Amino acid sequence: MTNAENSKQVELAQFELHEHEVQRALSRVMARDVDYADIYFEWRMSESVSMEEGIVKRAVKSLDRGAGVRATAGEKTGFAYSDDLSPRDLELAAETARYIAQSPRGETPIAVTHRSGPSHNLYPLDTPYTEVATKERVELLNLIDEEARRYDPRITKVMASFHTEHKVIMIATSEGLLIGDVQPLSRLQVTCIAEDGTNRQVGSFGGGGRIGFAFYYEQDRARWYAREAARQAIVNLDAVDAPAGPMPVVLAGGWPGILLHEAVGHGLEADFNRRKTSAFSDLIGQPVASKVCTVVDDGTLPFRRGSLNIDDEGTPTSRTVLIEEGILRGYLTDRLNARLMGIPLTGNGRREDFRSVVLPRMTNTFMLAGESDPEEIIRSVKKGLYAVSFGGGQVDITNGKFVFSASEAYLIEDGRVTRPVKGATLIGNGPEALKRVSMVGHDLKLDEGIGTCGKDGQSVPVGVGLPTIRIDEITGGGTATRS
Amino acid sequence: MKTKQPRQRSFFNTSLMSQLPPQTQEVVAHVLDRAKAHGVSAADVLLADGESLSVQVRLATVDRLTKAREKALGLRVFFDKRSASASTSDFSPRSLDRFVAETCALAQAVAEDPAAGLPDPQAMAQEFPDLDVYDPTALTVDQAMALAQRAEKAALDEDPRVTNSEGADCSTTAGAVVLANTHGFLGVHRSSRFSLSVTPVARDPDGSGMQRDYWYSVRRKFQWLDSPEAIGRTAAQRAIRRLGARKIGTQRVPVIFDQETAESLLGHLANAVSGYSLYKGASFLVGQLGKPIASECVSVEDHGRLLGGLGSRPFDGEGLPTRKTRVVENGVLTSYLLDTYSGRKLGLPSTGNASRGVGENPTVAPTNLYILPGSSSPEEIIKTVSHGLYVTELIGFGVNIVTGDYSRGAVGFWIENGELAYPVEEVTIAGNLKRMFAEIELVGNDLEFRGRIASPTIKIREMMVAGH
Repeated sequence: MTNAENSKQVELAQFELHEHEVQRALSRVMARDVDYADIYFEWRMSESVSMEEGIVKRAVKSLDRGAGVRATAGEKTGFAYSDDLSPRDLELAAETARYIAQSPRGETPIAVTHRSGPSHNLYPLDTPYTEVATKERVELLNLIDEEARRYDPRITKVMASFHTEHKVIMIATSEGLLIGDVQPLSRLQVTCIAEDGTNRQVGSFGGGGRIGFAFYYEQDRARWYAREAARQAIVNLDAVDAPAGPMPVVLAGGWPGILLHEAVGHGLEADFNRRKTSAFSDLIGQPVASKVCTVVDDGTLPFRRGSLNIDDEGTPTSRTVLIEEGILRGYLTDRLNARLMGIPLTGNGRREDFRSVVLPRMTNTFMLAGESDPEEIIRSVKKGLYAVSFGGGQVDITNGKFVFSASEAYLIEDGRVTRPVKGATLIGNGPEALKRVSMVGHDLKLDEGIGTCGKDGQSVPVGVGLPTIRIDEITGGGTATRS
Repeated sequence: MKTKQPRQRSFFNTSLMSQLPPQTQEVVAHVLDRAKAHGVSAADVLLADGESLSVQVRLATVDRLTKAREKALGLRVFFDKRSASASTSDFSPRSLDRFVAETCALAQAVAEDPAAGLPDPQAMAQEFPDLDVYDPTALTVDQAMALAQRAEKAALDEDPRVTNSEGADCSTTAGAVVLANTHGFLGVHRSSRFSLSVTPVARDPDGSGMQRDYWYSVRRKFQWLDSPEAIGRTAAQRAIRRLGARKIGTQRVPVIFDQETAESLLGHLANAVSGYSLYKGASFLVGQLGKPIASECVSVEDHGRLLGGLGSRPFDGEGLPTRKTRVVENGVLTSYLLDTYSGRKLGLPSTGNASRGVGENPTVAPTNLYILPGSSSPEEIIKTVSHGLYVTELIGFGVNIVTGDYSRGAVGFWIENGELAYPVEEVTIAGNLKRMFAEIELVGNDLEFRGRIASPTIKIREMMVAGH
């Protein structure tokens, strides 16, 4: 058996299905006027353990499996899902999905062939998470409490959680494709509370990816996450009010790349652009950033949280240039929008699970490194903000206004990083904000692997990255009047 | 539970069991029996079963039709003070047996937790009033499609500046939750939900850009939904009024939150008074029980048995009776929101606010939570402001429940001499929740429920608005 053939058998076995059953369900959904149909099978085993008050108190496990059946006709999508994989339930779902085309009952025989396996194997693991004993997970969390408390006696509460999932997907399409992927994912998060008198502050840190369990012990990562969460909480004990109003801002590398996710990423997802409801509609070829900015979305980085071998429609993921030296180059697509817009497939068709429809989504979105020295970027600012870590962000796609909220930030005074400031939201306008990026550092850094993106009620894991950059002006939402 | 008259049902009544499909009865009983065979000291099972239909229409044609039937079962086991939870959607007997065994094994791996355990047997809900939350109306695909089309058409017809649409959505779900535990408790709760929403996009003929907004109606019963035309018109008016929005200067001014945005402030309060935030020291209200935390015009209630309420249910996620709890009385914090576990950690009884996803540990959530209405109309409140901001939408996550620090992106209207002068965007509003609640000067008379949390319009004395 070839590798591809072997992997096909593994996935069919996972769903306790025979190839002819998949073919039959697919044949039922293809009727006259249906352009395309697919079935997405999912099997997911998740496990979480959590620690607080120095002990691992909770363990939660869930098994989720089911199939989503879709038919498209022109702009219309018919979709049905079932958590029962019996042939009878699959056919019922197929019938519902076909309803959209308003076609008479009929059958178009479909033969599914495994054309090829995924074109890359970005996350080969020696041991799947289903084989990592709960006891080992508990031991990992037991490292955290002591390490965080040792950092500073003012750390009064330490909470940590470790979440893993082992997800097997299989996609069968009316074009004859039958392809699968095994997608591991895990995340370790630490939250610390520091108290000094009545002053109470919080710090959070964590990391993860499509990586094996050993990752958290390599380079002593678990303990480092604990120290970082503790450090952030302690720093915030001394935080002063953040300034309010327009100011120059220096963003540190890594997680502050959430700027790109909100300011440009969402606005470049093809669905909004096909409907012409994005602030970026019809701006391809136009300048939307300064010349020092090149932004890509890349689903092919090994072991990253936002990476995938294939997207949830079976398309191999790729690297898509969104902005090249300031010029808007491309959109992120799924099948439906690529077909309707007549643009290439980029491998960005994603869904939260079998219950959700496919939408164009980001994978790992980041800005390429520039030439400036990060120290020099900070020195160039007389009075401004240096933001190191962020909580979430959000964007209004239609008017382009976006926000992202700093959780660790400092004042820059006369080119030097000085006092920490309280968390504050930064707000800007997507098609304009990156035009004010005047310096890009040579220190590109990707985030630690804890990002989750929400759209239309669906959450998917994503990554972001950024070198140190200087934005000449953006509005900061603090409470202090600037002198 | 389909009749309108409130009915009393006795504790562990077998007639309740008979309302369930035989397969569901068998599954619940089987899982509890298997758990006992593994030697658990206590356990509970939560089974959820439902059907849903959703139709999305865009520019008059169907964009997406989604139909589904779902079921899932969650099991929580206790071996004295050790506990674990798990869920599955695979109900085959072989798979369920393995599932129970794995859940029991999971519990052996965690540490003993002195506060772990089911609620006291005497505390379980013993009567199950009909709360008017179930409507058997089954919308057909064509009916749902027509409702969405009417709502979108009304939005597009309202004004020539409404030129595009992100679509309209009509959805309905109906289902049942069954909760059973080794105390012999069995509760069944059937509910339904109907919703209709539309998101129009308006464009200024002068080319000053696009704005979208939306409006919606969500109810337990189909007949209670607002008319599609009313929803569409409101959505269109909300999008149009945002056209030509400007940024304003950075300044400290009074801020009025409309119903929708005030509701989000109440959501932050719910988070801060949750037993879990409190015992973890992760709330700006730690140690504030019995103390003033808001201005005297603020009273807050959580009511789990509001007839027809979107958060109403006869028993909570642990099987305890839901009830009405006064959380804030004239500005004084009179109760936290608790379940059994967080209550034990704080030395207080549960308030019947356990909320729980299938296979998850209980956490705390409000049922129907609202600020009691005051006497001023929204217009009267606006009239009290000479220069200030009327906020109609908030974006971002800049809220720190531990410290109360608050900084979010805002959209709204500039108020000049008691009138809405022009739309505002790309500004932030910032403050601290402690101070914001203390500085609520006025509470409107316009309490309306469009979700589980509701607030009238409120006015805060002063916040920092950052713009130019």
